[in-house]
Amino acid sequence: MTVMEQRGAYRPSPPPAWQPRTDPAPLLPDERPYRVLGTESAAKADPELLRRLYTQLVRGRRYNAQATALTKQGRLAVYPSSTGQEACEVAAALALEERDWLFPSYRDTLAVIARGVDPVEALTLLRGDWHTGYDPYAHRVAPLSTPLATQLPHAVGLAHAARLKGDDVVALAMVGDGGTSEGDFHEALNFAAVWQAPVVFLVQNNGFAISVPLAKQTAAPSLAHKAVGYGMPGRLVDGNDAAAVHEVLADAVRRAREGGGPTLVEAVTYRIDAHTNADDATRYRGDTEVDTWRDHDPILLLERELTDRGLLDEDTVRRAREDAETMAADLRERMNRDPEPDPMHLFDQVYAEATTQLREQRALLRAELEAEQQDQEGGHR
Amino acid sequence: MTTVAVKPATMAQALTRALRDAMAADPAVHVMGEDVGTLGGVFRVTDGLAKEFGETRCTDTPLAEAGILGTAVGMAMYGLRPVVEMQFDAFAYPAFEQLISHVSRMRNRTRGRMPLPITVRVPYGGGIGGVEHHSDSSEAYYMATPGLHVVTPATVADAYGLLRRAIASDDPVVFLEPKRLYWSKDTWNPEHPTDVEPIGRAVVRRTGRSASLITYGPSVPVCLEAAEAAQAEGWDLEVVDLRSLVPFDDETVCASVRRTGRAVVVHESGGFGGPGGEIAARVTERCFHHLEAPVLRVAGFDIPYPPPMLERHHLPGVDRILDAVARLQWEAEG
Repeated sequence: MTVMEQRGAYRPSPPPAWQPRTDPAPLLPDERPYRVLGTESAAKADPELLRRLYTQLVRGRRYNAQATALTKQGRLAVYPSSTGQEACEVAAALALEERDWLFPSYRDTLAVIARGVDPVEALTLLRGDWHTGYDPYAHRVAPLSTPLATQLPHAVGLAHAARLKGDDVVALAMVGDGGTSEGDFHEALNFAAVWQAPVVFLVQNNGFAISVPLAKQTAAPSLAHKAVGYGMPGRLVDGNDAAAVHEVLADAVRRAREGGGPTLVEAVTYRIDAHTNADDATRYRGDTEVDTWRDHDPILLLERELTDRGLLDEDTVRRAREDAETMAADLRERMNRDPEPDPMHLFDQVYAEATTQLREQRALLRAELEAEQQDQEGGHR
Repeated sequence: MTTVAVKPATMAQALTRALRDAMAADPAVHVMGEDVGTLGGVFRVTDGLAKEFGETRCTDTPLAEAGILGTAVGMAMYGLRPVVEMQFDAFAYPAFEQLISHVSRMRNRTRGRMPLPITVRVPYGGGIGGVEHHSDSSEAYYMATPGLHVVTPATVADAYGLLRRAIASDDPVVFLEPKRLYWSKDTWNPEHPTDVEPIGRAVVRRTGRSASLITYGPSVPVCLEAAEAAQAEGWDLEVVDLRSLVPFDDETVCASVRRTGRAVVVHESGGFGGPGGEIAARVTERCFHHLEAPVLRVAGFDIPYPPPMLERHHLPGVDRILDAVARLQWEAEG
């Protein structure tokens, strides 16, 4: 027996014939963002839903304007406006059932209030009197997440836990184009697909991560294409077409609820305002670009569709505007009251039970405040 | 009358038993991490759990620590009680952002509405001949993050008791498991495990009158050995096992130092910016008039964890501890 024959005799069994583990074709997004408004599909849309979307869009735009005004009056520390992105915000909230969960990022206060959270409580973080102002369990809305994409694995874990408990609850997690570069985005999508968790990821591609355009963020064909690598479907949708965003998200939510697993949705939209009131967008983009997007405004698109089809009477328009003004007036009125955060609450709920060290520190602060008050009283005499 | 034969058990076995009992007692307890299912963990601490409770209760996750802890946050939000295993100390770092930005502060930022009862198990420390990135003492990072409990057992009985306490806690607990004590044995009856005091209580492992050795985790047996050896020098050393770095038991530590008048803090973690600095400061602030000498520290050097062939020079050993004790200004007494 030759050495070669000997080797042959001990050759390990051949590797199994390689084949893709999932057929990638059905996972691929459309080549162009999916649209409903101004297309034949619009005829199939529920007029009542379209009017609800319209009312919420008008309300959302007014909320953004009012909150931005409150920053100028010093009533909010900062406000990241979602003007131009209202369709994504509103559709995300409306695509969910009451038992579902929303995981917003810091720009998603509109989605948060559309879920039913008190508009003032939604702004607590940005006013600065506490972090999360609302009870996350009241409307099943996770705290607004400032660290990018870190809320996505939370959504996956919650959806997974709900399924383990036998509840047909879906989680919808929101992130921006910049957030897709974060590791947590990747890990969340991977876990979601491996666990087939009932979760929907909505990426609002608004063109910019503060100042950095998408071209510097990714070389992917589209952000929706990223889904394929994880083995979940990617959907590309016109983010300013409220009917399209709602349809795509509602489909994804239904699919997740029925055990079909996660979906990644990229909604192509545009941030009309600067990153926040503290940002100067003229340093990185021109007016022409912004104007082009103003022509593709989410309210304009929906209004045109509804009007063309005779679904928008003056009464609906008037009521939508009145509703928005009422909300804005209430917001103004309540935000103009000075909040009085109690310094003693700083030590509450750091732990279930305060440690000895925290009790000592609380006593120290209390003594300081008492001394301060005595000084002030002494000064008045 | 029959007596139950109590066989020696290892710390790893006690930890396994604690996980098993916690899972049996509460269906909300879920174990998750890398290789914790079929394999039973690289240290076999989760051995048998997937078989007994099923893979949905003891889950092999994708290899991504931020994802593991991040999904555990969501699971805890929905009422589960995840016990996460980070495979090694230095492999826990990708999960830092989740730990610091969410796990530690979710209770506080939501005014107590959303507590996160998560236990993060981290095998830590050196002395097992591990290659680079397998022997870090990362406790100072965790201690510096408000909202976390930081716990570490030094005995077989404490390993069981503290892990049960950690899992039952409504606060997040970083549970540091001293790797080189995994195989340490003690007579311990798994059928009648003893409870331990609530998290946050130190314990005097050895009483003494000359000086206090304040230590925790893997350095506890080393300090006990040093205390035995010190008898030949005429020193009667007390050994305080902290068990919990956060909350910190000022009371037990300071009571010991007030009795002995001298203290050495011993840990593997680097000295600069390490736990010993905080402990020495606390002791000095509270016991200054009882101290016969400055509080000294015996710690790992301020170097990246050394390669295994050199680690014995880095780790605090009996001689280095006794040298420190010798520097506690005994001559001033005479």
